[in-house]
Amino acid sequence: MNTIKYLSRAFCIAAFLLLNKTNAQQLDLSKFGEVHGNVQMDAQYYQEDSLIGALAVPEKMGFNGFANVIYTKGNFTAGIRYESYLAKLQGFDSRYNGNGLTYRFAQYKNDALDVTIGNFYEQFGCGITLRTYEERNLGYDNMLDGFRVKYEPIKGLYLKALIGKQRLYFTPGGVGLVRGFDGELDINQAIKKLNEAKVHVIVGGSFVSKFQKDEDPNLVLPENVGNSAGRIRVNFGNFNFGGEYAYKINDPLDSYQINDKPVYKPGEAIILNASYAQKGFAVNVGLNRIENMNFRSDRGAKLNDLFINFIPPLCKQQTYALLTIRPYASQPNGEIEFTSQVDYKFKKESLLGGKYGVDISINFSGANALDTTHFNTTDSLADNFNVDSTLQGYRVNSYGMGHEKFFRDLYVEISKKFSKKFKATLIYDYQEYNYNVINNGISGDDFVYAHTVILDATMRLKSESSLRVELQHLYTDQVIGQQIGNWASGIIEYTISSQWFVAIQDQWNYGNDDTKKQLHYYSVNMGYIKNATRITLGYGRQRDGVFCVGGVCRQVPASNGLSLSITTSF
Amino acid sequence: MKKKILISFASIALLLLSVSFIQNSGRPIPSVDVKTVDGKVFNTSKISNDGKPIIISFWATWCKPCKKELDAIAEEYGEWQKETGVKLIAISIDDARSSSKVATDVKSKGWEYDVYIDENQDFKRAMNVNNVPHTFVVNGKGEIVWQHNAYAEGDEEHLFEVVKKVAKGEKVD
Repeated sequence: MNTIKYLSRAFCIAAFLLLNKTNAQQLDLSKFGEVHGNVQMDAQYYQEDSLIGALAVPEKMGFNGFANVIYTKGNFTAGIRYESYLAKLQGFDSRYNGNGLTYRFAQYKNDALDVTIGNFYEQFGCGITLRTYEERNLGYDNMLDGFRVKYEPIKGLYLKALIGKQRLYFTPGGVGLVRGFDGELDINQAIKKLNEAKVHVIVGGSFVSKFQKDEDPNLVLPENVGNSAGRIRVNFGNFNFGGEYAYKINDPLDSYQINDKPVYKPGEAIILNASYAQKGFAVNVGLNRIENMNFRSDRGAKLNDLFINFIPPLCKQQTYALLTIRPYASQPNGEIEFTSQVDYKFKKESLLGGKYGVDISINFSGANALDTTHFNTTDSLADNFNVDSTLQGYRVNSYGMGHEKFFRDLYVEISKKFSKKFKATLIYDYQEYNYNVINNGISGDDFVYAHTVILDATMRLKSESSLRVELQHLYTDQVIGQQIGNWASGIIEYTISSQWFVAIQDQWNYGNDDTKKQLHYYSVNMGYIKNATRITLGYGRQRDGVFCVGGVCRQVPASNGLSLSITTSF
Repeated sequence: MKKKILISFASIALLLLSVSFIQNSGRPIPSVDVKTVDGKVFNTSKISNDGKPIIISFWATWCKPCKKELDAIAEEYGEWQKETGVKLIAISIDDARSSSKVATDVKSKGWEYDVYIDENQDFKRAMNVNNVPHTFVVNGKGEIVWQHNAYAEGDEEHLFEVVKKVAKGEKVD
């Protein structure tokens, strides 16, 4: 009885407030603060499709749901997130199982001080010592639960300190304790004389330490592992330079062993980038040398679990379907990665620019192994070392590149607007992909070479309707693994009005040697968009990768069936 | 007892929700630290435009539709500014992988927007953005009055209609 009484009372109050909207506004409700949030729901009905490798799903249906509610009043903010994985979507980790509040925090922030308790996301520098973040569509979330304080004692000096434990899916969380400190000094802001100087310099440093008990009966393991880094950023007119160096003490991890033995070797990272940009022209170069920089709050963690830090990959992030077939995954145990990009705009009314100008972008990036030699008990190199007692794992020969090539990607993009109604982009891409290293972590020379050509054209039909056509072709000599042979792909996307769209696409592996595997990955999607709400309904087969349909890009795992996705913000 | 707690919790949630519906227009820009393209710290509560409208657009260097939207606006930006005094703030959600490409992208494209980098997506979370592109319109009092997710060819015209209304102090839905 009481239940009904309380419910009806709550309902009456809510209804009163809603119906008396105008009155309520006159009453100035802002003194109660504001409540805002967002919701994302992804549901999929699965069909078995043995041809593409989509297995039967016992529950028939998967559902992932997220809802954030944030309350703000003046300097105070508090928020919660409810997550639901009632039969999680395929492709997500099996530990995502159930419902619950995964995120709750309270924060006080004024001009100089910012205190957060509960869950939080943080990044020091480029993330090489610490970065907690969420990538919801990939199921990645390594947030901390604890305390964080940020303080700006003088103008231009930013201090951060934190302590906490990490999230691990729906389990109680990581066993390791994470403590971190970061300081950043904007020299030009801190020193008045330099406020208007032409050269702008920002320096910073961070120290992150994790604690985990040594319960190993055989090994003496470091219980406190420190990872420290220094960084600098210099800006001079159109030039920009950034660099960060990090050093992590030895920390043998289950996820990185050499000859089935733990590796007691410290880790090191050098991250550099430089750029020059002026109107219509830009150059960008980057270089990373990463050695043994896996930093996790549990030394037993595997896969993507409990990373404290983030190693920024440099290779171009591809979004066109056929270019996402072979995404390069950074090798945190060791690699040298580089990138270079030139962007140029042929001006309007110039010889090549035409009426509206032409944009050209060229990116060349790649990765190689480090120049190291693994110790092997049968190796003559090991003669001078007692391999079993030092457990160093490998020797660094030089800081330069190793001979083994992991990945190369050359990408050329030309965009031209022909008229107010028609524009097109033409892309050529060439990739060299070390299949064994990237997929299996084993050295070998199984290279895949792939040439891709893409045409992406948009035609404006009426003021609100348009047609987009995308044609892609991929030529490859790949004979190992999953996606063998040539591919062709096409998308027709019809935007009926600013609220409705429908898209049809097919990816066809026509060049597969096995005629039974010359499959079509077809799909139909339609969507409705109104302000901050977006509803999409799709049917078909999907490979995994980054997909951009109807104006939004997101990560989708492989599947076959009917899918419904709703996102909204309020 | 358990039931009672549950019900009180539900009523609070309902109440908060109804308050939020009423207050949907008029929310101030949350205070979050982002960075300028050359690495300086900038607090988003300082975003202002002398009483004129502001467009806040979330984008990323790897997001095609986002760049199409910003390109389309760039063509008209001069006229939009003349007519309404509007200012566009482009918030890039690129992480350390591509954040160094934000400045070069903006310059080579010739965009004349105020650009900030939200490298760990703190501002994106505070603004409740699910996906990019996501565009907000802020009125002269610094209140968020309109938002839109995704970009389709021609959407910029509708956006400008909203901006014109906001500039005149009219209501938008």
